[in-house]
Amino acid sequence: MLNEYFFVLKAEWMLIAIIFLLLFLKVGTSDWKNETLLYAINILLLVNLLVGFFSNLEGALFSGMFHNNALLILEKNILNLGVYLVSLIAYPWLKKHEHVLEFYILLLTTLLGMFFMISSGNLLLFYLGLEMSTIPLAAIANFDLDKRKSSEAAMKMIISSAFSSALLLFGVSLIYGTTGSLVFTEITPLLNGSALQLLAFILLLAGFSFKMSVVPFHLWTADVYEGAPVAVTAYLSVISKSAILFIFLQVLYVIFKPMSSEWYFMLFFLSILTILLGNLFAMRQTNLKRFLAFSSIAQVGFILLGLSAGSKTGMASVIYFLLIYLFSNLAAFGVIGLVSAATGKESIDHFKGFYKTNPSLSWILAIALFSLAGVPPTAGFFGKFFLIMAGAEKGNFVWVIFAALNMIISFYYYLKVVKVIFMDPNNQPIEKITVPALPKLALMICLLGMVLTGLLSWIYEYIYTLSNF
Amino acid sequence: MTNIPLTNILFLSTALFFIGAYGLFTRRNMITMLMSVELMLNSVNINFVAFNKYLYPDKLGGVFFSIFIITIAAAEAAVAIAIIINLYRSHHSIDVEDASEMKY
Repeated sequence: MLNEYFFVLKAEWMLIAIIFLLLFLKVGTSDWKNETLLYAINILLLVNLLVGFFSNLEGALFSGMFHNNALLILEKNILNLGVYLVSLIAYPWLKKHEHVLEFYILLLTTLLGMFFMISSGNLLLFYLGLEMSTIPLAAIANFDLDKRKSSEAAMKMIISSAFSSALLLFGVSLIYGTTGSLVFTEITPLLNGSALQLLAFILLLAGFSFKMSVVPFHLWTADVYEGAPVAVTAYLSVISKSAILFIFLQVLYVIFKPMSSEWYFMLFFLSILTILLGNLFAMRQTNLKRFLAFSSIAQVGFILLGLSAGSKTGMASVIYFLLIYLFSNLAAFGVIGLVSAATGKESIDHFKGFYKTNPSLSWILAIALFSLAGVPPTAGFFGKFFLIMAGAEKGNFVWVIFAALNMIISFYYYLKVVKVIFMDPNNQPIEKITVPALPKLALMICLLGMVLTGLLSWIYEYIYTLSNF
Repeated sequence: MTNIPLTNILFLSTALFFIGAYGLFTRRNMITMLMSVELMLNSVNINFVAFNKYLYPDKLGGVFFSIFIITIAAAEAAVAIAIIINLYRSHHSIDVEDASEMKY
């Protein structure tokens, strides 16, 4: 019995152990240098990532409130990998920062919240996990303490996330009113699509859309992404979004399965709006982080297309795409983070002639942008391909053609940045940047991921065999 | 004691929810915006307790949920006020119109 409590909750225990270790380090009077501290923490995170692959136990705890299965273990491993990469990327920025330990404590607390959120079997635990993963995030968005933009970003984030969780909670309360239960498996048979339940679902969907930055609810995204430090932006756009999508998959496919015809049309409209507006706004951006914010909004539109399939294929394609998206986005943010930490430049114009001085970094950024756009040899193409294939299952070809056309529009702005890097002349390009060992490792992992995830077919097949609901 | 029907209470909580939303959209002072969000969360609490008392008196899920909401609202307010204080140090104002460097 005790054994079960340890192994089913293993990923969570690992994180709790690391958080407490860092807390003790913080409370104790250690005069470690930042470099030593960062190397130690990165080794801890690597251990955490590796341990995640072994001796996992499936099962349910606390009378079904918390459950763990093979798919959730895979999702947690993906999130662990993402956090490890973000931590490697953050090295050049954190090296000069005074509050390294606080940063990691807050970061890992949000990760712990996400773990509880994705493996919850009860709306109460889901809500607690959600808040645990958003409130500390607002605090770390403020981590460039003396920058005006950073605190503005944090303020926008906390207000909009509080508003979105209020919407979500109102939906949850209506669901509780109509079904009398908070347990996922007990709610499902009692859903009949009555008006009150539809209202509840719309409120819930609005809350989720805020967190995923789907279009009518996306306004906070670009500001927060621009103002927050690069590492935090990377974390927000990859890890936090993936975790929300993982639980959203379960909410749609498990809880609201009886209402699938209703949510299909809602997803249809949201996705079309998201893809279109994300693309149109991405074209006119001049700040690279803001540009990636709008590109990530457009990507969510594609994810909603895959999600709408409501089948095993849909689930597998979404998880597969998120894995690829993690590698490509983190590679892009890794390069931007290096440049930002060395020179403080984040505008697209500053990257003119970047290829002349930093050829290898330019290549990585270019491959990342190709992968985000979905150009064939990179993994991004396969990710988008599976998403669109899953969406085509339902036979709604208007939506599929619309998404495919928008992929072409998206080539325009991704390739524009590639053109700026490789072709545009510049008298004062960014000088040669020396890449420290840790970010170099992260960029190598991302590069391998972007190339191999698409070519090794067993990755998709493995995800497909695990996808069940 | 005469019984108050459930619909009256639901009317109250829904009105409170939208008053909170209205306050959030119209007020320009950050502390007031935070108060509006708290109003919305409290309307959810009323909902939970009322549903629990009227429809499912033999269960306790709703009451527990409202206790957790109160706790988390406090945590949220603590972080939000810390952020607002930090913003006040750099902007010397807590009006959202003054914190609008990033647009479009």
